[in-house]
Parts: sequence; structure tokens; C-alpha cells
Amino acid sequence: MTANPLVRLTALSMSFESVNVIRDASLSLYPGEVCALIGENGAGKSTLLKILGGIYEPVRGSIEVNGKLTSILNPQSASALGIALIHQEPLAFPDLTVAENIFVGAEPKKGKFGWVDWKTMYQRTREVLGALDMKLEPTSRMHGLSVADRQMVDVAAALTQNARLLMMDEPTSSLTPGEVERLFAIIRRLRGQGASIVFVSHRLEEIFEIADRIVVMRDGEVVGERLPSQTSADEIIRIMVGRSLDAMYEKPKANPRDTHAIEVQDLRSTGHFRNISFQLKAGEILGLAGLVGSGRSSLAKALFGILTIDGGTVKVGGKVVAIRSSQDAIRNGIAYIPEDRQRQGLLMPASVTQNISLSALSRLSRHGWTNRALERTKAFGFVEQLKIALSSVDQQVAELSGGNQQKVVLSKWLLNDPKIIILDEPTHGIDVGAKAEVHHLMAKLASEGIAMLMISSELPEVIAMSDRVLVMREGSIVGRFDRAEVSQERIMAAATGQLK
Amino acid sequence: MTGTSRRIGKRGRDLLQVRELRALALLVIVVGGAALIQPRYLNPNSLRSILIWIPLVAIIGMGEMMVIIIRGIDVSVGSIVGLAGLTVGLLFRDVPGFPVFLAVIISILIGLALGSLNGAIISGAHVPGVIVTLGGLSAYRGVTFLITRGSQIDGNYIPKSVIRWSQTGPLGIREVPWIVVIVLVITLITWVIFRYTRLGRDMYALGSNPDAARLRGVAVQRVTFFAYAFTGALAGLAGILYSSRFGFLNPGQTGVGMELTVIAAVVIGGVSPFGGSGSVLGVLLGCLLLGAVNVALAVLGIAGSWQLAVYGAVILLAVGSDAIFQVGLHRADRSE
Repeated sequence: MTANPLVRLTALSMSFESVNVIRDASLSLYPGEVCALIGENGAGKSTLLKILGGIYEPVRGSIEVNGKLTSILNPQSASALGIALIHQEPLAFPDLTVAENIFVGAEPKKGKFGWVDWKTMYQRTREVLGALDMKLEPTSRMHGLSVADRQMVDVAAALTQNARLLMMDEPTSSLTPGEVERLFAIIRRLRGQGASIVFVSHRLEEIFEIADRIVVMRDGEVVGERLPSQTSADEIIRIMVGRSLDAMYEKPKANPRDTHAIEVQDLRSTGHFRNISFQLKAGEILGLAGLVGSGRSSLAKALFGILTIDGGTVKVGGKVVAIRSSQDAIRNGIAYIPEDRQRQGLLMPASVTQNISLSALSRLSRHGWTNRALERTKAFGFVEQLKIALSSVDQQVAELSGGNQQKVVLSKWLLNDPKIIILDEPTHGIDVGAKAEVHHLMAKLASEGIAMLMISSELPEVIAMSDRVLVMREGSIVGRFDRAEVSQERIMAAATGQLK
Repeated sequence: MTGTSRRIGKRGRDLLQVRELRALALLVIVVGGAALIQPRYLNPNSLRSILIWIPLVAIIGMGEMMVIIIRGIDVSVGSIVGLAGLTVGLLFRDVPGFPVFLAVIISILIGLALGSLNGAIISGAHVPGVIVTLGGLSAYRGVTFLITRGSQIDGNYIPKSVIRWSQTGPLGIREVPWIVVIVLVITLITWVIFRYTRLGRDMYALGSNPDAARLRGVAVQRVTFFAYAFTGALAGLAGILYSSRFGFLNPGQTGVGMELTVIAAVVIGGVSPFGGSGSVLGVLLGCLLLGAVNVALAVLGIAGSWQLAVYGAVILLAVGSDAIFQVGLHRADRSE
């Protein structure tokens, strides 16, 4: 590129609660160019966009817009600089009309009182919708529109504010192929008019279709930049996953029992996943890989009864069971450790003891009265067994570290004697040492005959811990690998639809 | 989905959006039903009774709808009516010849001050509106008892000019007294705020999606503060109007329970209990509906003790139909 960059990021860093999510990222964005940003889940793409959009503030590094050093303090200053962020799920105002949505916070004014000028507002809405080839009425209410239309309304809002940098965070993830084509036509037109566009997607074929330049991120760093004409999908995948496996604790080879702990046949949940079939033996760890939105977490929730199953059968211990609620799942020996342990897995202000006993209170109670002594004894047992670091079992869970919190969640379920444990991102946001401990614990539980279904976005973790790996993409299983044949590249190729 | 069915679906939703229609339909049913049973219901006197019943509710309702649109609630309005009303009542009693225009200003200022206090705590300390105004409900009523020592301000202390606001209207039209004209002026002001000011547009945005509103630069604290302060000022105005309408002021009666009537009228008038939508026209219709029900009960000879139960039934009917249509829409929309 010979032109001067519109936006230049230099050595940007950012962290959440002392975990680095962006490390020394440098990136230049040029007018009249579509720059695709790609990387695994958690590589830092969205965070980078949010820094530019004024939602997050970087800890270190500099941002230049049009060659001038600047800081983007809030979304308003981003939009004043001509930077617009189109969110993955459009942040609409459902009760308001299309025109009102486009102009919220920037309504055209007239007269000396600065009253809202509706005529101009509708006029400009019609103009911008026309420029985008959109057949929408300015007075339509937002809540009747499709996701694609709402996204376009966001784009329209950006254009009315003269945005020169449009950042789209996975804009195609909930669009139909026809809608994607329309979006691409608009992206090309905007590029032709000199706009700079950042396009985040997990779909490699889309990236090769639309991008002028591909930037790959991994673990918060910009790790590669390629021109589409000079690279291949295979190379991009290699750069994406290029993490070494050395540091990872490797689960010893399992000797799964012959009994099937759970068998799933043709399971379907409309709008989430379909045709899901697999078996899981007692003592086996089955890794479930795939990109965010591929249906992994939905499958986990369905098996635990908190997402409606619309078809197919689930057998537990050889018997067909109906799982319509979490109570059904618990009764059948299924435990579920959700991704967001702080919000879904734990009562943060409650004590360790209370958290551990929560899902087994009926076993610890007689005639509705909880046996406090028994409750504490059980809690002590787990603290010893799982080596939970704490000052007292009466300590608030909120005060524990991430790794220890995860152990409390595990204890809670182990008290119920589960046969099957579903773990969604079990080591997400936990430091390296604690990760290894959680992994040891999982291996130990497997060796005791518990079957585990582990969802993870960390490919090294999937490979190190799983006896077998399933890869999901857009609601279906698109890859099945044995321990011997699995690799990061193969998983990522399947997850991005490049599996030949 | 085919083009045609999509269009019909959209039009159906737009129709539902006009929830004022529901209040209008209920109004027709109530008036028609009552007139069928008792034709006397349609004479000018009962029309006047309906009109004279609604002003206080409608005036406060204009503020309450703002608060509900931004996903808040103000249950202190009845007590603000009491404190503002009794304060000017004391002035009328203890300062003979106290100027009426000054009394109006004081009444409004007291309401504005109390509403601002509500608004400052809610927007500044991020405490839910229901808690703060529940405190206000109790505290403002308590202060009213303290300053009056529990005694009533009788009709003979209230200036004749104030009483006349409820008795004659412009050009001497008895059916549309001045107090109704005041309602129309307040309604117009509120309509202008919602339609033509950034502040009003921001209220809809904030109530429709608070996170998105924040990202779009809506000054959440300022908007919240304004809604409660405005409501307080209107409740203050209603304080002095109470003395005109009822001819007396009593610390244990003036404004007591009014918050329920006002919130009922606002919700029946089609203001979404989830925030984000509603119109001044709807609120007026909601007030008319409650007024019509109230007067119908009297004309049909149904005991006054039925009044509260019937209000409740009307609210449940209105909100129930909301739950069936609107909640489904919102849930489908917001959980995506």
C-alpha cells in the first residue's frame, strides 16, 4: 500500500483483570481497503475493534487517525473521528422506527430551539437506504426486521455520521447466503467510495472473497499479514493455530469401559443444531471443538435440559431418557459446568460450603431441614480432595481465584455422584498453574469412570485432554477425530469449513 | 416467507404497536355498555363528571409516562400532591390574601424540588426508582402530617378564584372548566418534549435499549433526572389543583393512593410496562377510560367500594392483553 493509513495502531496492549487480551498489536488500516481480521475464539479481534470503537481503553500503545496521535475515550469520540463499529448482534432500539434508530443521539435539528427536524430525518433516511439499495420504510418499527436488515440500519447509521472506517464484527454469522452477497456488494461499493473496512469472520471462503488483506491474530497478538492472492486457506489456518503444545499437561491414555455412558442419536434443536449423533463411554473424555456460535454450547445446554430438544434420542446407561429440565438431567446423573462460572455456576456472595451443597441439598436434608454439620463435612472433604486453596469453608466464593472457583463448581456436582460431566470451557480465564490442576483433576475423574464431554476453544487443551474429538460447524458435526489422528490444523480446517 | 405474508405480518405488528387503540376500544365498550343499561349516562352532566375526574390523574400521568418509558417508576407522586397542596393550603389559611399566582409557583416548585431529589438519588446513586420513590411516598407524607399537625384545611380558606378553575371554563363554558384546559396545555408541552426535543427522543431510546443508548451517547443520568423532576413538578401543580377540584385539603386524604390510579391510567393507555414506547394520546385515553369507568359505577348505582376492584380488573385486562401480544414480540426480539 502506498497511500497513507487512515488509522495506525502501534504496540497496543490491553488487559482484563491482569490477563493480557491484546499484546503489542500493531496494525494499519487504509482507505479504500477491506482488511479481514481472523483468529481463533479469544484471539483478541473483538477487543481490538472495541478499543477503536471507544468502548475499551488500551493500557499501552498509540492510535493515530490521519497521521495525528489521538485517544478514543468513548463511542462518541470514535464516531467524531469517523470510526463506526457494527456489532455482531445489531444493538437496535426495537420500539423505535428505522429512521429513529439511524439518528438516535444525532437527530437533525432546526430552528432556534434546536427542535428535531423530522422532515430532514426521513429525507436523509430515504437517501441513505437508497444508497444501500435497501427497500425499507423509514417509519417501520425495528422489531419487525430481520437481523440482516437491522445490521444494514446500523451501517446506514454509520454512513449518516460520515464514518470513514467501518468495523464489522462477524457481520455474516447470522445471515443467509443471499444476504451475505448483498452485504458484500455494499462493502465493495463503500470501498470504492474510499471507506476503510475491517471485516471479522470465521468463514475463510468469505474472507478470500472480500478481503484485500488478511491479518491474523492469535493470543492477543497480530501474528501474520497476507495478501489473499499470495496465500492459501491452509497457510492462514497454520498461522491461526500456530501455538506450541509443549506446556500442556497431557492426559494419560484412557482405558474407557465398555459401557456407553451416554448415546445420542439424531439430536436436533431448531435453530441451534441438527443431526447430532455420538457415543461417550464411561471413563472417556470427548472433546467438542468448533467456533463460537457453532452450536457446541447449545448442545451442552440441550443435554442438560435447559434448551429444548426438538428431535432425536438420548440414552443414558443404555436406557432412553427424556431430558426436559435440569432436574431430569441431574436425576440421570448428568452434571453441567457452564462457561460463565461467575454468572451461571456459582453464587458469588455465598460461602464455599453453601455453593458446594447447593445442588445436593435434598440429600443433605431431612424433612426440609438442612444438616449443617453434614454439609460442612462434605465441603471439607472436597476441599481436601481437590486441594482448593482457601482460608475457611465459610469464605465467600467471590474471594477465591478463578481456578479455585472452578474446583468449587466441580465439587458441587461431584456431591451428586454424576456419571457424565459436561464442561463448557473448563479452564477459560484461569491461569496456567491452575489450568494444569483442573486438567489433572479431569483425568483423575475419568480414570474413576466418569464420562466427560469437554467444550473448549483452546485447541492445545482439546488435543491434550480428549480421547476423541468432535468438531461442530453451523449446528452440525463436521469432523470426528481419534486421539492418534487429531491436530490443531485439522480441527481448525473442519471448524472453518475447509475440510476436504 | 412470501412477500405478501411478510407484509401482512408487518402490518399486524404495526397495528399492535398502536396500543392506544386498545384503550380506545375499551373506552367505547365501557361508555356503550353503561349507556345501554342506563341512558342517563350520556347526558352532559356525566360527561362533565368524567372530565372533572381526570385532570389531576392526566397531569401527573404525563410525567409518570416519561418515567415508565425510561424503565422507571415513581410511586411518590401522591405524597408530593399532598405535601405541595397542604403547604399552599397552610399559606392560604395563615397568610390572608396570599397571592394565588405565587401559590401556584410555590406548589410547582415544591413538587420540582421533591422530584429532583428523587431523580438525583436514582440517577446519581443508581438505586432503583421503585425503592427511592417508595421512600418518598412515606417521607413526603410524613412531612405533610408534621407541618399540618394533622389538621385539615377547610374550604373557606381556599380562595374563590382557585375554586372557580374547576367550575367555569374559557368563555364561561361550564362543561370544559379551566382545569381541563390546563390538562391540554400540559399534554401539549409533554408532546412537544417527546416529539421535538433531543431529550424526548433520548427517553424512548433509553427505555428501548439502555445499553445501546449509552453507546450512542445518550446522557442516561441527565435524562433520568429530568423524567423524575418533571413528574415531581407536575405532581406539585396537581397539589394546588386538588384544592380547586375538591375544595379542601387533608393531610390524610389529599393525594393518598393517587400513584396507583396514575400508573393504572398510564399503563392502560398503552405505555409499555417494559419501557421504550407510549404516547401522550394514549395516556389521555387511559385517563378518560378510568374516568368513564368511575362515573359509570356511580350512574349504574354500583357501590363505591367496587371502584378499586374494577380498576384492578381493567389494569389486568389491559396488561394481560399486553402480555399475550407484546411480550411475545419483545421476547422474540430481545433474546436474540
